[in-house]
Amino acid sequence: MSNVLVFFDVLGEALSPAQKELIAQAGVLGEVHIAVGAYQVDPTPLLAVSGVQEVYLPEVSLPAPEVAVVDLLETAVAESQAQVILGSSTADVTDALARLAVRLDTGLISGAVAISTDLVVTKSVLAGSYTTTSELNAAPGPAQPLIITYKPNSIDPQRVETLLAPGEQPEVNVLSVRPSVGGVEILERTALEVSARPALAEARVVVAGGRGVEGDFTPLEELADELGAGLGASRAATDAGWIEHAAQIGQTGVTVSPQLYISAGISGAIQQRAGMQTAGTIVAINKDEDAPVFEIADFGVVGDLHEVIPQMVEELRRRKG
Amino acid sequence: MVNAPLHIITLVKWVPDSQLERRYNADGRIDRSEGVLSELDEYPLEAALQIKEAAPDREIRVTALTMGPAGSSSAAKKALQIGADDAYQLTDDALVGADIWATSVALKAAVEAVTGAAEFESGEPEYLVLTGMASDEGESGAIPAQLAERLGANAVTYATGLTLEAERMVVTRSGGTEAQKVAVGFPAVVSVTDQANDPRYPNFKAIMAAKKKTLTRFTLSEVGLRPEQVNAKVRLVEAQVRPPRTAGEVITDEGDAGIKIVEFLAKERLL
Repeated sequence: MSNVLVFFDVLGEALSPAQKELIAQAGVLGEVHIAVGAYQVDPTPLLAVSGVQEVYLPEVSLPAPEVAVVDLLETAVAESQAQVILGSSTADVTDALARLAVRLDTGLISGAVAISTDLVVTKSVLAGSYTTTSELNAAPGPAQPLIITYKPNSIDPQRVETLLAPGEQPEVNVLSVRPSVGGVEILERTALEVSARPALAEARVVVAGGRGVEGDFTPLEELADELGAGLGASRAATDAGWIEHAAQIGQTGVTVSPQLYISAGISGAIQQRAGMQTAGTIVAINKDEDAPVFEIADFGVVGDLHEVIPQMVEELRRRKG
Repeated sequence: MVNAPLHIITLVKWVPDSQLERRYNADGRIDRSEGVLSELDEYPLEAALQIKEAAPDREIRVTALTMGPAGSSSAAKKALQIGADDAYQLTDDALVGADIWATSVALKAAVEAVTGAAEFESGEPEYLVLTGMASDEGESGAIPAQLAERLGANAVTYATGLTLEAERMVVTRSGGTEAQKVAVGFPAVVSVTDQANDPRYPNFKAIMAAKKKTLTRFTLSEVGLRPEQVNAKVRLVEAQVRPPRTAGEVITDEGDAGIKIVEFLAKERLL
């Protein structure tokens, strides 16, 4: 068993599904320690989970891109004697852990989908066309820990719930880490519009629309809400301005790996497929029977999404009674 | 006061074309026998050229730097055609199989060799390293922060807009939960997303002009590194082809396809 340090760049009012999953994955590997970068109120009550031993907090909240968070992590690694450091594969977490790997002179493996107890890391690479395993050249230990960024949605949510039993409040270590001076100064910050829908990269179900949506995402929004799904789009749809750029799924956008992916009006060119082909089940709706998306769909409908999707919504509502 | 000159080093990577089948070879490495300039590296290059064009009174040089096998010179050449002023290629057999850690060691040395060799007329230059948001095939997105850490530079990742001011850059970015506008002092490493601009295509005139620009090749020892300093920390155990997805049932809508999809989802226990 290893000591694992989990890094949350920000901890809000509740643990996100991705954060729960990280704690669950860490708990499988060993004793869990958690370092938090930015917070508003004392986050310790949220971390009263069985297996979580200690929490490391900076004296003052350190929101990204505050580089002092790396100092916090360095101290937390030393205190926790962690052999593994685990964070989400998001931009701000990757930045902090990439710097940490330089400070600790050790290896970083990005985008893990599974981690074995002997610290062999499984990844999905080249747009899902290969699965690789990799490990540190030298056996990981407190002197050379392995740093891993982890893709959300890699563990079944039911299993996450089973793995997370309530526990006692962990011990809190408040570390005197000062924000950096100069360097990067935040001039303005705007909270991104918080959607009631799950974040695309973390959603268990994703509904995505493309050119065939013809400008109106309303039917897809209704379907997404009926399924508790995240809403995504092809590049054609985001470039057309029908939906925000952050919704773009594909090679240059968000990569998703949900349990269920519903593709509507997307031809499924390789750039788009790269962002979704590791999904569990793919359902595709397209007017064009030759659309490449049908080559990878588990269930395909040649038809007009403007008729098929409202009917789906109606049927889902009927079943819910 | 005359503003200090600025040296923009844009990292460009030669990668297997993602439009074609990409594969691992028998040695457990990504097959790099053929490639293209990574699409994601066209955005930082465009950003560099726009910064230069917006400040005609300031001495600004845009250098493209690539690291990779012999063929990677074509990424550097493409960057010259698009508009970089000069280009460098770091190529060495000891870099085969470099992981994130080793790549940032090599790039740090290469950036320092490039800035060290550059001469400016109007004073001591500031420098700015621009990168893509991630590489097309490695996709870690970890190199910019790691390179900044090694260079002792500031880092801003996932830039969606960049403006040069007298002594700093103002950058808009989206890191996750919020959109930010930040000011960053030099030296800096900034990664640029595909939302930042619309990259230009080289025209005939630019392609002809590129033939007169210099492309300098250097090896590891020429940037002051020994092979053992770029030993990877991470090794690949195994690479397995994922079985291709196969087509399932495809039906044509006869007025009840919406219901049929819901029935399929119920059968698969996905509701």
